[in-house]
Amino acid sequence: MTAKVLTANRLTDGIAVWLDAAGNWSEDLQSALVARHAEAVASIEEIGKRDFAANKVVDLAVIDVQDVDGRIWPVRVRERIRAAGPTIAYAPGYKIADPDFIAS
Amino acid sequence: MYRYDEFDRDFVNARVEEFRDQVARRMSGELADDAFKPLRLMNGVYLQLHAYMLRVAIPYGTMNSRQVRMLAHIARRYDRGYGHFTTRQNIQFNWPALSDIPDILAELATVEMHAIQTSGNCIRNVTSDQFAGAAIDEVADPRPYAEILRQWSTVHPEFSFLPRKFKIAITGAEHDRAAIQFHDIGLHLKKNDKGELGFGFYIGGGQGRTPFVAKKIHDFVPEADLLAYTTAVLRVYNLYGRRDNKYKARIKILVHETGVEELTRQIDEEFARLKGGELTLPEADIKAIAEYFKAPVFLERPEGWESLARWKKADEGFARWVERNVHPHKNPDYASITISLKPIGGIPGDATDAQMDAVADIAEEYGFDEVRVTHEQNLVLPHVALADLEPVYRALTAAGLATANAGFITDIIACPGLDYCALANARSIPLSQEISTRFGSPERQAEIGDLKIKISGCINACGHHHAGHIGLLGVEKKGTELYQITLGGSADEHSSIGEIIGRGFEPEKVTDAIETLIETYLGLRLKPEETFLEAYRRVGPKPFKDALYGASPAEAA
Repeated sequence: MTAKVLTANRLTDGIAVWLDAAGNWSEDLQSALVARHAEAVASIEEIGKRDFAANKVVDLAVIDVQDVDGRIWPVRVRERIRAAGPTIAYAPGYKIADPDFIAS
Repeated sequence: MYRYDEFDRDFVNARVEEFRDQVARRMSGELADDAFKPLRLMNGVYLQLHAYMLRVAIPYGTMNSRQVRMLAHIARRYDRGYGHFTTRQNIQFNWPALSDIPDILAELATVEMHAIQTSGNCIRNVTSDQFAGAAIDEVADPRPYAEILRQWSTVHPEFSFLPRKFKIAITGAEHDRAAIQFHDIGLHLKKNDKGELGFGFYIGGGQGRTPFVAKKIHDFVPEADLLAYTTAVLRVYNLYGRRDNKYKARIKILVHETGVEELTRQIDEEFARLKGGELTLPEADIKAIAEYFKAPVFLERPEGWESLARWKKADEGFARWVERNVHPHKNPDYASITISLKPIGGIPGDATDAQMDAVADIAEEYGFDEVRVTHEQNLVLPHVALADLEPVYRALTAAGLATANAGFITDIIACPGLDYCALANARSIPLSQEISTRFGSPERQAEIGDLKIKISGCINACGHHHAGHIGLLGVEKKGTELYQITLGGSADEHSSIGEIIGRGFEPEKVTDAIETLIETYLGLRLKPEETFLEAYRRVGPKPFKDALYGASPAEAA
């Protein structure tokens, strides 16, 4: 089975977040809890539904990831950009996504 | 420009408070996500890849410096110090917190701005010629009619839940700078033989996954019948437009499936019922609205001609900027100026808070307090005396806003693409930056001449790729980005849809492919004045196809 993580956007500010092992929503994909079997996926989905119902997050999605050089690496470029931020120098003081991480 | 009356002010303020209450109820859980989503969209709030996005309407792309300063303030206080001007003459903020948006809307309301109808299946912001009221080739200023349409369409009870979104554009000049033939309704303001004003009516234009150039259904609808005829179009569309499939719900599909003759018959039938009724525009009302758009008093400034010649001689950069970014004005002592938001290697359409403040200052000092947004993601100062061009250029240069590339290959339209957009399949901005950098030298751009590249990160075509002389469409193939190239599109009075030239290119190969196309064009053009588009229309796709992919054995033989 392809490993999966649960992602969403925080309700209050819309910032992309990932569910971590402590059941919190982290802005860092690398903190995410990786579900490697069906029961684990069902479990993170349940937590997602709970936190959606509790108005903490919106736009829940379970996404496919791989382990690449010890890092969680989403399979789709869309999700890599979502995790790493825009790939362009859009504003001073805000980092650009690491091109190596984005590259397929 | 138009100023809110008491009704407008009360209405916008009431909407802000209504949305404040809706946001509070969403945060508390009283409103479920499903219930809240259409409400936030009605107020211009989207959820994108990284955060919320707020789209603020700039009616027909016209602002004063107070409004521009407010946009700068919002960028600084509530966002990350910049805003993104769009192909619909709007501005988008990419990082606002939902909890701040009621305050943002309240601040916008103080300068007579809002985000109403910047989303949803309603009549969106009416767009227009960025040089309206200033252009030398204009029959009449289209903005009073855009304003009449804005007032009429705002929370119009009959047209707030259309089958799909609905976009109207209007030009008052023969040379179409508002891309009217790619809109649901395109209006060409003109005069008939008797010197009366009226509108050429086009319907069913649009891009997206099924692009169509609009069909002209009426050559001259009298000025007084603008709302009656527009209502007839909307009413027929509202009744018969498809609601079973969102991809087939735009009026362009209705035109295509019904046939333009039959649909025109239905519209004319409806119009016959409406004509002469309460929708007829009284002359006094048109005059009252037109009064808001009266041109400023242009003092004679003939000294500008001599100064201009001298400045051009003294500064090559200034001369280049005048050549590309300064446009003829009704008054020979004045000009309209394109402020390029396309710095070489930069992000198309982005402006920092400091740049917006600088534009506001310049507009106030030299530009009669007026700023415009173009559908090509630039800004415009519509009225500047030739005698003031040099100080304006210096001020723009200091703000990083004096790139001399209007209409050149580096003046690229690009949608936000996969760097921001939840719908995108591929990135647009990095590609535009690479192309801009590759072709960015003044000499190279001048050699190539007029050329419009337009880039979309998905088939929704927000980057207008169908209308690009060279269009690029990003798709996702096997989890990676790939770009299709189209050639021969155009969005002016001779509109056309670009043709796909062949198989797509990986991101790292696209700029080389563009270079091949450019070299092919330079090699086959009859003279330097023959533009890329003219050359393409003369020779067709074959030489370009052969250059990109090689001639097939049969053809090569």
